Amino acid sequence: MKALGGRVLFLDRDDINTDEIIPARYLNEDTKAALKPYLFEDLELPGFDRSSMLQGKQAVLSRANFGCGSSREHAPWALEANGIQVVVAESFARIFRRNMYNCGMLAAELPADLIEKLFDRFSGQDTELKVDLDSMVLRFESKETGALEAPLSLGGFELAMLRSGGWLDFAATRY
Amino acid sequence: MGQTLAEKIFSSHVVEMPFENTWVLKLDTVFCHEITTPIAITDLQERGMDRVFDPRKIKAVIDHVSPAKDSKTAEQGKALRLWARRHGIEDFFDIGRNGVCHAIFPEKGFVRPGYALVMGDSHTCTHGAFGAFAAGVGTTDLEIAVLKGVCAFGKPETFRVDLEGKLPAGVFPKDVILAVIAKIGVAGATNKVIEFRGPVVDAMSMEGRMTLCNMAVEAGGTSGLCMPDATTVEWLWPFIGPEGEGQFASKEEALAEYSRWGSDEDAIYAARVSLDCSSLEPLVTKGYSPDNVVPLRTMKGTTIDQVYIGSCTNGRIEDLREAAAVLKGRTIHPQVRGIVSPATQAVYTAAVEEGIIETFLKAGFCVVSPGCGACLGMSNGVLASGEVCASTTNRNFSGRMGRGGMIHLMSPASAAAAALAGALATAADVAAQPSIVASAGQGRTK
Ligand code: SF4
Repeated sequence: MKALGGRVLFLDRDDINTDEIIPARYLNEDTKAALKPYLFEDLELPGFDRSSMLQGKQAVLSRANFGCGSSREHAPWALEANGIQVVVAESFARIFRRNMYNCGMLAAELPADLIEKLFDRFSGQDTELKVDLDSMVLRFESKETGALEAPLSLGGFELAMLRSGGWLDFAATRY
Repeated sequence: MGQTLAEKIFSSHVVEMPFENTWVLKLDTVFCHEITTPIAITDLQERGMDRVFDPRKIKAVIDHVSPAKDSKTAEQGKALRLWARRHGIEDFFDIGRNGVCHAIFPEKGFVRPGYALVMGDSHTCTHGAFGAFAAGVGTTDLEIAVLKGVCAFGKPETFRVDLEGKLPAGVFPKDVILAVIAKIGVAGATNKVIEFRGPVVDAMSMEGRMTLCNMAVEAGGTSGLCMPDATTVEWLWPFIGPEGEGQFASKEEALAEYSRWGSDEDAIYAARVSLDCSSLEPLVTKGYSPDNVVPLRTMKGTTIDQVYIGSCTNGRIEDLREAAAVLKGRTIHPQVRGIVSPATQAVYTAAVEEGIIETFLKAGFCVVSPGCGACLGMSNGVLASGEVCASTTNRNFSGRMGRGGMIHLMSPASAAAAALAGALATAADVAAQPSIVASAGQGRTK
């Protein structure tokens, strides 16, 4: 199982699409690691600075419809190549969400009001996310504003993918 | 209780449900292209699983960058080519016999009503125009699809969109789908399929239906879907009739068989909207989100640098006819680069035979080879920063056709009008202005 959680990158916008996560011009790269320098290269977000903000982050917090657009699994791969295994958002586009679990990564939905609260309370601070799959809790914490816990709700498929490391190992032996 | 088309496909294709709300479906066919497949092939090779479930059910094409533009894309083409040879995949379409995946596979008759199919491409939803469940997937799903012929989905709820009335002259399927996306939003149909119904769809050609279903994913939809009918049978007849595989002796027989897949009268829908198409006008997107749609007349005069006519949305013969009707006998604005990419080799051939290519050439268009090209900003018309493109494609995301470029999505007729005017304009505007040929070259309207 992948190590889930860590320091949080705040991306405060709806509809962050896969072209913004990893532009098509890098789809001719043939390894996942080669995608690393290009994560969020075309992201349209005021105040977002890739060079200083990506460093040392292991989780993303965003808003609605994260990962819309193209089917490219390069989007989760580019995140993973940068050490990010978790995205928490209000909602996800179907293919991106499936790709995350297929790779054994976590795409967790939280209600809009809770997402709002998390941005309010932690945005701009050095925030740590802990993922506890046994008690099904997401715990956000910063020095300045303390901790906030959110219930994680996952189905059988999602848990199995996180535990088995993804769809390939699961399906290749089962079908 | 009645079933929707999608429910009928799910219940007839389910292999098992290993978890709640996880339907593992048996696939009738798997489509592949050279951008998302090679990395899947490499991964399967590294795992010692370089196999395919059935070479006759796998169809592959080189379309995204065609011909190759550099060493990296040449390697991607090579990987797909060698894989197809290695596994005896006969339906592989290389440069010169190819076309955009979502145009060439239907053209070859590979999609049938009641099919479940996947491809490593988000616009796979296009094929639902034939009454199939067709979904875009990522690399991992694609790997299992080619290896085992299965794919897992959550049960798709159906979002029914009734397209009422009749399309006014000068309004096209592209305008209809832009209106639908504006109405339900970019995530309006997430985890659902969109069923397009009503008299407007009934009257539409297969090309028009594919344009509708193509952009279902821009509203979050897993697949677009149209009910199979006589128009579907007519398209498929060369493949299913006595001249083809011969499974039907008559069109009536085929229609009776395919109609079974249609949604039942008492089927249950998760959501429903209706749209009166009689009052639609030409539309265009503004900004970087496909649901930001406004009447084209409100954007009139917006200067453009490039016009792109092509893609899996609007690169079929009907689309080229629609654009050529506006361009005929005229030349485009001197400061506009017009680019047209017929979606497939067959579309290209038909366009040559019908004199459409001549119309484009004489108007000052650059005709590029069938393929995706500029649609995803990889080749054949990438924008420079600050440039504006009037485009018949399906995505206006920031950076999509080139970093810093702005894309306005519209119908082929509207894109042709923009090419003539050098700025956004409706086909009616330019038709009413015969002097536009003479005024060309007198500087821009900015
Ligand atoms: S034409 Fe554009 S949208 Fe269609 S498959 Fe090619 S890149 Fe994708």
